[in-house]
This record gives sequence, C-alpha cells and structure tokens, in this order.
Amino acid sequence: MTSFESAIAEGARIEPRDAMPEDYRATLIRQIAQHAHSEIIGMQPEGAWITRAPSLRRKAILLAKVQDEAGHGLYLYAAAETLGVARSELYDALLTGRQKYSSIFNYPTLTWADVGTIGWLVDGAAIVNQVPLCRCSYGPYARGMVRICKEESFHQRQGFESLLALSNGTPGQHAMAQDAVNRWWWPSLMMFGPPDTDSPHSARSTAWGIKRFSNDTLRQRFVDMVVPQAEVLGLSLPDPDLRFDEGRGSWDFGPVDFTELREVVAGNGPCNAERLAHRRAAEDDGAWVREAARVHAAKQVRRGAA
Amino acid sequence: MSDLWEVFVRPKRGLAHVHVGSLHAADAELALHHARDVYTRRSEGVSIWVVPSVQVTASSPDEQDSFFDPAADKVYRHPSFYEVPDELQI
Repeated sequence: MTSFESAIAEGARIEPRDAMPEDYRATLIRQIAQHAHSEIIGMQPEGAWITRAPSLRRKAILLAKVQDEAGHGLYLYAAAETLGVARSELYDALLTGRQKYSSIFNYPTLTWADVGTIGWLVDGAAIVNQVPLCRCSYGPYARGMVRICKEESFHQRQGFESLLALSNGTPGQHAMAQDAVNRWWWPSLMMFGPPDTDSPHSARSTAWGIKRFSNDTLRQRFVDMVVPQAEVLGLSLPDPDLRFDEGRGSWDFGPVDFTELREVVAGNGPCNAERLAHRRAAEDDGAWVREAARVHAAKQVRRGAA
Repeated sequence: MSDLWEVFVRPKRGLAHVHVGSLHAADAELALHHARDVYTRRSEGVSIWVVPSVQVTASSPDEQDSFFDPAADKVYRHPSFYEVPDELQI
C-alpha cells in the first residue's frame, strides 16, 4: 500500500507536497478550478442588479454578497494552485472554454426577484453540494470549503428574506417572485449534475474521498430541504409530480431535463457567450492596473537597492 | 520576483498567526491589502503576515519518518514515563 492509499483508507487528509496519483491531482485541479470559475462567473447574474437594487439596504447586502463570491473564487484558486497549477493557466482555461463553470450561471436574471431566488435556491443547492466537501480528502480544498460554507448561509438567508418580502408584498411583487421561482427551480436541480446512472467519474471520486454523496442523493436532500421552505414563502414549485412519499420519508419529484443540462454545459445556454465575453472584458480592462502595480513594485525594489 | 504570497492571520490577541491561504500581489503592501479583503471580511483577524511563497522552506513529506523519528525513542520526555505513588497528585 502506498502512503497515499493508506492515508485515504484511514480517512486522513492529503496535503500539497504529499505523493499522490496523477489522476487524483488532475481530478482535483479540474474540480477545484471549475468550482472557482463558478464563483467568479457567478458574480455576474447578481452583479447586474447592484445598481438597480430597490433600497440602499438591499444594495449594501448584494454588494457584500457579490464580494463574497469573489472571495470564494480566490480561496479556491489558491487551493488549486497548491496542486502545482498556475493561476494564469486557470484563467486561460476558463476563457478558452477548456474548463467549465456551473451551468446555473448561464441563465439570465430578468427581474429583481431573481436575486432573492438565486440566494434561496442556487445558494441553497450550493450549500447542499458543498457541506460534504468540507470533509474532502484534499486538505486545502476542505479548508477552503469550511470558510465558504460559513459565508454561504448568509447568502441563502438574505435571499430567503428578500423573496419573502416580495411574496408578502403587492400582487405584482408576489407574481414576480413566483415567476422567478418557476424559472430557477429546474436549473437549480440540474446543479447536482447528471443522474447517478450517467456519472462516469463518481465511483473513483468517491473512492478517493473527494465525493461523499452521489448526485441523486444530494438532489433529493435539496428537494426535501426546500419544499417546506417554499410553503413558508407562500410560493409554489413548478412540478406537478411533487408529493411526499410516507414510505421513503422524502419528496418524489418529476424528471429533470438532463438534455437541457447537457446543452447548457456544451455552451448553448441563454447566456454562455455573454458570461465569457464579460469575464474576458474584465480581464482586459484590469490589465493596466496589474501592470501599473508591477511596474511600481519593480521601481520600489530598484530604489531600495540603489 | 514571484507574485504569490502566503497569508497568516492572528484571529485575536493571545493567539498565534495561522496560515489561511495564499494570494497574488505585486508587492508586500498590496499583498497586505488583498489579504485583508480576501481573508478578513468578517473580522477574522487583528493582525496579518504576508510572506513570499518562495521564501518558505518546508520539510519534505517523503522524509517525514526519518526526519521526525529521533523524537520517538525518547519516551522519558513524557510525564507518563515516570512512576510515582498514586496518592501523589502531580
């Protein structure tokens, strides 16, 4: 047994300079990078509403939340870099489409209610996905996830509160909230990935202690968590097949359209091109700032040496 | 110079600085500001250290056993090595 295998068998953590199989390293780089990209691209759908938030309170909250997403992206890029990949390679892989980000961020935010709905459903789904990653076998990833999960609960609660205010508001506001939930429900279920029968790498990731629960298990956990919350909100979920199964103690739900998920992942979602173009523009527009900082730093070193 | 920095945060007075992660910055001053924004958005710290990552010299995990072995055969460094009467409360 190698030191890696015995560490995994004992449930011990793998740390950056430990020997590890190349596939383990590559799988982690891909997963952590995809996660980091999701946080960074995920700033866009909500960021679009910062200047249009309905009150100063909501605006300050949204600004803090989007800043958190940037922070989460940075924790994760830092974790990926401990595996020997450079930040610039990761940015390049995102912008050239070699690495993906979560399909959910390729849907548009059409109304203010979308912001609350993203907090409630999308961040809610993210929490269900991410909590088990706090015990992931790779130390830096697990530690980053602990920080992220602490902050995500603020995200979900602010979304719920915002959506509750709309649901209890005027008939127009209530309808806007219901429309947003109708549009985000199914894409949120898709966030858990393809069904277990069509998830080729799951078994290996589970054996390596990267993945703790299957996609379908987490999807079910999310549905069971959210259905009672929708009731508190006074909003319905757009699935006629939702019913509580006494035997299982869980909610049955209708079939998820995984063809749509595949299409969106393949780049054919409503906003894929827009999200990448925006990210590329942000990278290009910020280039002079990074360059100025580098030149200034080099000048300070020269003056110090003189 | 490499622009990767390791960040250490002192959570509160009386506790040591703890490694929290890394970041990219052009110089030490920017690294400190970025560290504040990335790692202490919720008052997680009262003091920050930033160190260029290339300046960290680390022991090798491959040599972990031979490197730390010398400690293993000195059981007399532990209080449990010494036998004293039960009624003695030390």
